[in-house]
Amino acid sequence: MAGAGAACGLHILGQPAAAMPPPAPEDDSRYVTEARFYEKLENKRIKCKLCPRECAVGDLERGYCGVRENRGGTYYTLVHSRVCAAHVDPIEKKPLFHYLPGTMAFSLATAGCNVNCKFCQNWEISQSRPEQVRAEYAPPQRIAELAKQYMCPTIAYTYSEPVVFSEFLMDTADAAHQAGVRSVVVSNGYMQTESLKKAYGRMDAVKIDLKSFSEKYYRDVVCGELKPVLDALVTLRAMGKWTEIVYLVVPTLNDDESEFRGLARWVKTNLGPDVPVHFTQFHPEYLLKNLPITPVPTLERAKAIADAEGLHYVYIGNVPGHAAENTYCPKCRKMLVERIGMTARQVLIRGGKCPGCQQPIPGIWQT
Amino acid sequence: MTKPSDTSRRDFLKTFLVGAAALGASGTLAHAEEPAAKSRVVLARDGNVFGADGALDHGRTLNLLDRAMEAMYELSDPVAAWKKVIRPGERVSLKVNVLGGKGLRSNPMLVDAICERLQGAGVRARDIIVWDRDTDELERTGFRVSDDPNKVRILGTDRFGFEDEHSTHGSVASRLSKILTRECDVMINVPVLKDHEGAGVTVALKNMYGVIHNPNKMHPNNCNPYIADLNMLPEVRGKMRLTICDATTAGYEGGPGYKPQFAWKANSILVSRDPVALDYSAWQIIERKRAEKGLKSLEAEKRAPIHIVTAADAQHRLGTNDPNRINVVEVVAG
Repeated sequence: MAGAGAACGLHILGQPAAAMPPPAPEDDSRYVTEARFYEKLENKRIKCKLCPRECAVGDLERGYCGVRENRGGTYYTLVHSRVCAAHVDPIEKKPLFHYLPGTMAFSLATAGCNVNCKFCQNWEISQSRPEQVRAEYAPPQRIAELAKQYMCPTIAYTYSEPVVFSEFLMDTADAAHQAGVRSVVVSNGYMQTESLKKAYGRMDAVKIDLKSFSEKYYRDVVCGELKPVLDALVTLRAMGKWTEIVYLVVPTLNDDESEFRGLARWVKTNLGPDVPVHFTQFHPEYLLKNLPITPVPTLERAKAIADAEGLHYVYIGNVPGHAAENTYCPKCRKMLVERIGMTARQVLIRGGKCPGCQQPIPGIWQT
Repeated sequence: MTKPSDTSRRDFLKTFLVGAAALGASGTLAHAEEPAAKSRVVLARDGNVFGADGALDHGRTLNLLDRAMEAMYELSDPVAAWKKVIRPGERVSLKVNVLGGKGLRSNPMLVDAICERLQGAGVRARDIIVWDRDTDELERTGFRVSDDPNKVRILGTDRFGFEDEHSTHGSVASRLSKILTRECDVMINVPVLKDHEGAGVTVALKNMYGVIHNPNKMHPNNCNPYIADLNMLPEVRGKMRLTICDATTAGYEGGPGYKPQFAWKANSILVSRDPVALDYSAWQIIERKRAEKGLKSLEAEKRAPIHIVTAADAQHRLGTNDPNRINVVEVVAG
C-alpha cells in the first residue's frame, strides 16, 4: 500500500480529531448498508463475491476483511461513509505520475483490508475492524463537497484497501462525478472480475500494488494470490482505465533479478510498454521490522532491467530527489515532468505530447 | 446467594474413562484414579438445571458447578476446589462467549455461580472481571454491565482497548485485549459448546478469538493453525488456568450463531484444566448429537476440527487429543 503513514486526519472532515468522541454505538447504524457482492446460502450463511477469497460467512460472523458482517443471512458492509482517514495529498503521493501531475487529491479511507501484508505501512487502520478506529460519518455527497471546497479535482480512495469499501467508493464516485470531481483508486487489485468492473469501472485512474511476481510471496507475505491481481490488471487495461503499477521492493523477499525481469516481460506482453511501473523503497514496518530499507542500487537495478525489457516509463519511488522520479520522453529522452518527492516542479507536456519531438505521452494530463 | 455448605448433597458421582458411554466413543473400563499423565475432563449434568420458566435455576446451577469442581479436583468441598485454582490476591477474569446471542451464550447464571464461588474462595469482587469483545453484546445477552470498581466488573474489550504491540506466534500476529494483559493474573475460560461453520466446533480453544483485535484474519483453512498458534501466545497460555464450558444449551449445527432448530438443552457443563482434552471431548458430544439427528459427521462435511489435532502436536503441546490419555469423569448432579 502506498501513501505511507496515513494518520487519522479527520479534522479535514469538519471537526478537530482531538475533540471528536468515538461514535456512540447507536450511531453505527449510519454506516451499515447491505453489501452488493454476495450470494445467500442455506442456514443463513452467505458467500462473499467481492474478492477472490469468496469468504463463506456464517450468521454473526465477518469476512476476512473484518468490515462485512452476516446478520441473519444478509451480508452488510459496516463502513459505508465511515471515514477513518482523510487528507489532501499530492496526486504524486498515490503515486500516479501520468495523471494530472501537480494536482491535489482528496484522499480517504475506511478501516479494513482483504489481505494482510507483513510490511503494511497503514496497518493501524487496514488491519483493524471498524469499531476499533476513530471514524467520522462522511457520506458521498459530503465527500464530493469537501473535494471541491479544498480545490481537489480528484478524490482518491487509498491508505487501507478500497476493495473492502467498494459500495462507499461507488456511491462517492457517482456523487463526485455529478459534482465534476474525478475519482482514482489505490488498490491491491485482489478483486473478482465482476465487482472490479462495477466498482473500478467508475474510476478515472487506477493504481495497483503488484506486490510481487511470485505466488509464494503472495501466499507467505501478503496472504493473498498473484493470479487474480494479474487478471485484474488485464481487465482494467481492457476497460481502458489509466493504470499504473507499484512494486514495493522488499530486501531478500522479492528483489531477485529474475523476478524483476519476469514482471517487466509480463507487463509489456499483457499490458503494453506504456503502463508506468514504480519500483519503490521499502521501510521496515508492522511485521517486517527486521529487514533493512531497500538499498537504492537495488531499485536502480530493477529499473535498469525493466528499461531493458522495453517498458517506457519506469520510476523509482520513496527516494526523494532521485532522477528516476522524473518523466522522460521515451523517444528523445527530454525531461517532461520534474519531480522531487511528492512535488511536481515542472510539467512540460503539451497536449499530451513531448514538446521536443511530439511523441505522444500516454496518461491523463488535462483537468 | 447460596453458600457451599447450603448445597444439597443428594448428588452422586460416577467416573468413566473417556470414550465411554458418556461420549459415545468406544468405551473401556472405569476406575476412580487416572494416571497422573492423563487429562481429566469433568462432564457434569443435571436434567433439571432449567427451571419451569425456562431459565437456569440458580441453586441447581450452583450445585452443578460445585459437583463438577469437586470431581475435577477430587475434593468434597467446592471452596477447597476453587482454592486449587486461585491463589490469594490474584485477579481473575472470566472470558465468556456471547457471540451467539441470547440463545447460545455463556449463561449469566452460570457465570454468577462462578463469581460466587470465587468470592467464597477469597477472591475480592473487585478482582473479578467478566468479559468478552463488546460491552453492548454482553448487555444484549443478559449480563448486567458494571464498571463499579468495588464490584465484579462486567465489561467488553471496547472499554479497555487492545495493546499497541502485536503478540506473535507462527501464523498469528495480533493485538491482545488489555483486559487479558493488564486486568487479570488468571483467566478462566467460559466458552459455549457449539458447532462452527469453519472450525467444526468452537469451544475452549477457539474462544480465544475473542481476546484479539483481528479474529477475521484467522478463519481460512478451517481456522488451522491459527487457533492453536493463538493459544500458544504466552499471555493466553500462561493465564488460562481452567475451562468451564457451558453446555446447558448447546448447538450441533449452524454455528456459531444461535439456530433454534439446531440447539438442544444438554443440561451440562464441562470442566478441565486441559483445553485440548476438553475440546476433543466436546467434539465427540457434538458428533454424537449430529449422528442422532441424522446429520453427516463434521469430517464428512470437510470441517473436522483439525485445530484440536494441531493444538496437541509436538509444536504446540497445549494438551492431549488422545482418548487413551483423557479421563472423562461424568457427574450426575441434582
